[in-house]
Amino acid sequence: MSVKLTIMDQMAEIAREHGKILAPLRDDLVLLDSGLDSLGFAVLVARLEDQLGIDPFTASEDALFPVTFGDFVKVYENGAH
Amino acid sequence: MARIEAQSLRQRIADGSGFLWDRAARVRIADLIGGTSFDGRLEQLAGRSVVIATGSQLTTALALIELDGVARRLTILPPDAEASHFAALFAGADADAVIVDRDTPENAAFELPIRVACSADIVAAERLPAATFATEWVLLTSGTTGVPKMVVHALSGLTAPIARKPADAPVVWGTFYDIRRYGGLQIFLRAVLGGASLVLSSASEPIADHLDRLARHGVTHLSGTPSHWRRALMSPAIRKISPRYVRLSGEIADQAVLDSLRNAFPQASVGHAYASTEAGVAFEVNDGLAGFPASYVEQVRDGVAMKVEDGSLRIRSPRTASRYVGIDAVLTDKDGFVDTGDILELRGDRYVFAGRRGGIINIGGLKVHPEEIEAVINQHPQVRMSLVRPKASPITGSIVIADVVLKSGEPGAGDAVDVKGDILKLCRDALPRHKVPAAISFVPTLDVAATGKLARRHG
Repeated sequence: MSVKLTIMDQMAEIAREHGKILAPLRDDLVLLDSGLDSLGFAVLVARLEDQLGIDPFTASEDALFPVTFGDFVKVYENGAH
Repeated sequence: MARIEAQSLRQRIADGSGFLWDRAARVRIADLIGGTSFDGRLEQLAGRSVVIATGSQLTTALALIELDGVARRLTILPPDAEASHFAALFAGADADAVIVDRDTPENAAFELPIRVACSADIVAAERLPAATFATEWVLLTSGTTGVPKMVVHALSGLTAPIARKPADAPVVWGTFYDIRRYGGLQIFLRAVLGGASLVLSSASEPIADHLDRLARHGVTHLSGTPSHWRRALMSPAIRKISPRYVRLSGEIADQAVLDSLRNAFPQASVGHAYASTEAGVAFEVNDGLAGFPASYVEQVRDGVAMKVEDGSLRIRSPRTASRYVGIDAVLTDKDGFVDTGDILELRGDRYVFAGRRGGIINIGGLKVHPEEIEAVINQHPQVRMSLVRPKASPITGSIVIADVVLKSGEPGAGDAVDVKGDILKLCRDALPRHKVPAAISFVPTLDVAATGKLARRHG
């Protein structure tokens, strides 16, 4: 599964677990409007580390948290290479 | 130090018909009434502040029996004490003598004026005159970084929780604890004062071998922390023993571990006790349920008063330690209560332990006790034990993740996903979502510290 699909999968799963409604995941979607709250993203980052083997935010001190869904995916795609 | 007429431990030994066993040796307790393990050097230790630094629990036991009432102060060094702390500990205890094993190597770590070797070979000896000192027993606290605190107990306080009722049948005690810690020391004193025998574990002895020896000696009463028990339950050798009494203390006894023990030993009564090095034994619970009746608080039972303040359990009792030595710290509040740091939660008519005040994980400002999550995970029928720990999160500071040991060891290939899903569902049904682990890993074992408690690396 591609990095992007893995992320989409996990976001849907976490939204379901947390009883949230997930907005359609387009690249320009602002993460704050995605339906996941900060706890949801914290869980997402932890699960992605489990699945993809990387945590790009904790690995680098100065990594900025991305604003849009597309940026978020890019951070992981770059980290995975 | 005042000279007193109190009875020493040796004088209080019921009938001495019991034995002390470890892997290598055995001692008939009665032999110590007219004999010595010190090669005729007991007299040199009279009135001294003595550090017991033997390698084996057996020689520690012998030294305690012989030296109570003889030495001014006995400081019991636990097996995991760090050599780099010795100087501070010895100075704090004002120590001038050390007890070692015959085979303890000569090294500078125990630089004290008097050094006496203790061994399990008891030789007949004339006794010193009856007890002359109200010996101070000094125990070291656990769970802190840096030099452990030294806590002063009196034999009368240490033995106050022990009921003196004759047993119907011979009693053989066993303990997964080390007797150089408060929990194990309680079992040692119970055995010696009750005319029972005691099976001691030996350093680095595999659990299966220890269980084999417990079975061979016909253990009837067995004690350990919930972590000790969860580990023992994973060993096939557990089936060889059938104790009449099973005791837990030192950590939170959750419902899952109590139920597992009842299933494993249907003939036994299962009790959990609350005790700490500083506060002593506060109470025992024998109804098979986790936590304790709320009515225990605010009423004095067996001289023990309890209250809940700022969420934590406070205890005032004749069994608590009297003070610290070596440091300028206060043990009790102005009313004489020790703050245990254990956080209580009232559920219905019972108090349950939520965790340690110092062990709180902060998730985006919400506080979580790992123990309460572990208690939920441990309810899953396939789970033997679990450890919930914080993981740094760029978003919420921390999140919780769980390491889980299954009863079957490793999950089957297809099973892992299902079991993970089941555990998460259990957590989601029972806990608010910030307490639901963000990730679950299956691990073959979890580290248990020398104290018998689950090793928590944080906080």
